[in-house]
Amino acid sequence: MADASNPATGTNLGRVLIYAALALTCLYYLLPLYVMVVTSLKSLDEIRTGNLVAPPQNLTFDPWIKAWSSACTGVNCGGMRGYFMNSVMFTIPAVMLSTLIGAANGYVMTMWRSRFSDILFAALMMGCFIPFQVVLLPMARTLGVLGIANSVLGLVFVHTVYGLAFTTLFFRNYYITIPDELVKAAKIDGAGFFLIFRRIILPLSIPIIVVSVIWQFTQVWNDFLFGVVFSSGESQPITVALNNLVNTSTGVKEYNVNMAAAIIAALPTLFVYVVAGKHFVRGLTAGAVKG
Amino acid sequence: MSALSIREVRKAHQGTPILKGINLEIEDGEFLCLVGPSGCGKSTLLSMIAGLDTIDSGEVSIGGRVVNHLSPKDRDIAMVFQSYALYPNMSVRENVSFGLEIRKVPQAERQAIVQRVAQTLQMEHLLDRKPSQLSGGQRQRVAMGRAIARDPALFLFDEPLSNLDAKLRVEMRTEIKLLHKRMGTTIVYVTHDQIEAMTLSDRIAVMRAGEVQQFASPQEIYDNPVNLFVAGFMGSPSMNFIRAKVETQGAGFGLRLDTHGASHLMPAQGIDAALRSRVGQEVIFGVRPEQITHRPDGAGADQLHTLRLPVELVEPTGPDTLLLVPINGQEVTCRVHPTHACAAGEHLDLTFDLSKAVYFDAKTEQRLL
Repeated sequence: MADASNPATGTNLGRVLIYAALALTCLYYLLPLYVMVVTSLKSLDEIRTGNLVAPPQNLTFDPWIKAWSSACTGVNCGGMRGYFMNSVMFTIPAVMLSTLIGAANGYVMTMWRSRFSDILFAALMMGCFIPFQVVLLPMARTLGVLGIANSVLGLVFVHTVYGLAFTTLFFRNYYITIPDELVKAAKIDGAGFFLIFRRIILPLSIPIIVVSVIWQFTQVWNDFLFGVVFSSGESQPITVALNNLVNTSTGVKEYNVNMAAAIIAALPTLFVYVVAGKHFVRGLTAGAVKG
Repeated sequence: MSALSIREVRKAHQGTPILKGINLEIEDGEFLCLVGPSGCGKSTLLSMIAGLDTIDSGEVSIGGRVVNHLSPKDRDIAMVFQSYALYPNMSVRENVSFGLEIRKVPQAERQAIVQRVAQTLQMEHLLDRKPSQLSGGQRQRVAMGRAIARDPALFLFDEPLSNLDAKLRVEMRTEIKLLHKRMGTTIVYVTHDQIEAMTLSDRIAVMRAGEVQQFASPQEIYDNPVNLFVAGFMGSPSMNFIRAKVETQGAGFGLRLDTHGASHLMPAQGIDAALRSRVGQEVIFGVRPEQITHRPDGAGADQLHTLRLPVELVEPTGPDTLLLVPINGQEVTCRVHPTHACAAGEHLDLTFDLSKAVYFDAKTEQRLL
């Protein structure tokens, strides 16, 4: 492109430019993470006197230990440990439930269509565009009526319901690419609604399950608004705890502890991406090419 | 007792009639083809026999038992789909035995059935493969194996060969016919391919716009189509339809055929009654390409009638050569042996075999008898 008369150099120059751009972008995105990591491994003195991007001179893991087990968020000085476990406790059930129900919704909407299927799907789609803030008050009322306000169970409920619009969309759009003759064949073979779902449809859904799990895990784990509104004190998720930790105004600002806590809060989503990221892209593009 | 009986079956979708009162009946061991252009309702009818689609009114019975309200699994049927619909996550073995497993057939018996089916279809070496590792023809075979394993009273085939390439299609067609002969099962087979219908069936139901136009044996449908649609749909190349005026010819009647200035009167035999009232009017003269051919040696039968016609186009197909000649302003296809073919632009003596010619009313398009 750069040199039409000499395609070889043109290609090489293009390649160089592309890789340079990619490297630059990577650097730009990784720099904050790098600063977080090095800062979390420095002592407070070193942070005060040293350079922001310089690697730690005296490596120390104390900030990590403190962030995990003894940092103070407000009056409570038990570290992030308890809140981390809170997040795990509601994220895992919420992700599993919303994915499973989303799969069932998608299955019914594509393979057992009724004349309400499309209306229902359109209504569910609206759910994807409703901002978090809009549902706060009705949800607070609902949680109150159900008697699960300010509890981990309440957060599971909130995130499952809010996530359904997305998971249903994922599964419905995936299942629409599966030929419905498959379900017809299974019906003639004698299989019923649940058996077809369990034996035929679910085994075909691995790529989209991975997509749904990654998406939901990231959403639910990283959520701050629902966490801060629908929980309090001991039952708060890690995102809220991190905010409290960073905003605690007594004493000196312990940047190294804050950074360590922030990385701890971000680790699980990173972990999920690294483990399942390959399937994520594959799942998003599934259906484009028939297998 | 008939294997399948369909009485006055109707179906409408959002007010539009799809099936307008279908009546069909086949005996045990018969091979029925439902054939027609797309949108004629043949696949819907098959779905209704299978129980995958509801019946608005009428009655479907399989083996003497009314099945209108039975679910597919209770109808004692098996079906082969156009897309094969093999379960992608299961091996061939599991695909074949899935239905048996659901019907709680004991493990040992299941194994035996799978082995037997695999032997019948010569696919033992494929049993442990996944459908994605099979070719189109092999998938087709597995889909048939899955149906056979069930040993149903009725087999339903929904355009099973249309996803295969031309060569394989012919091979599988033969195989299905052999299988039917060997197993003696009752089959309902949906296709839009009239050659498949002709070669496979004992009886054909030609459908159009939700109605059965004709229900008869392949040869009967080919030789004695009830209307213009059936005559045009069955046979390739298609029957020639020549619009011609009826004139009296001696004691009988003839049809006026004009070609590049020359005018002929083609005698029409055996339908005097129908033509008497139509003298001076146009009728449609139907004659198949193979009934217009070169002059046979030593002929002289009064059913044969020879005209010298200008040839406009020559299309060799190998075994036969098709010639296009103009009659009454229309292109008429004739089928001659290659050795008798001439070049385009020349004239050729072409003999009409009128014993199988058919005549249709120009307005109603119904057969004149």
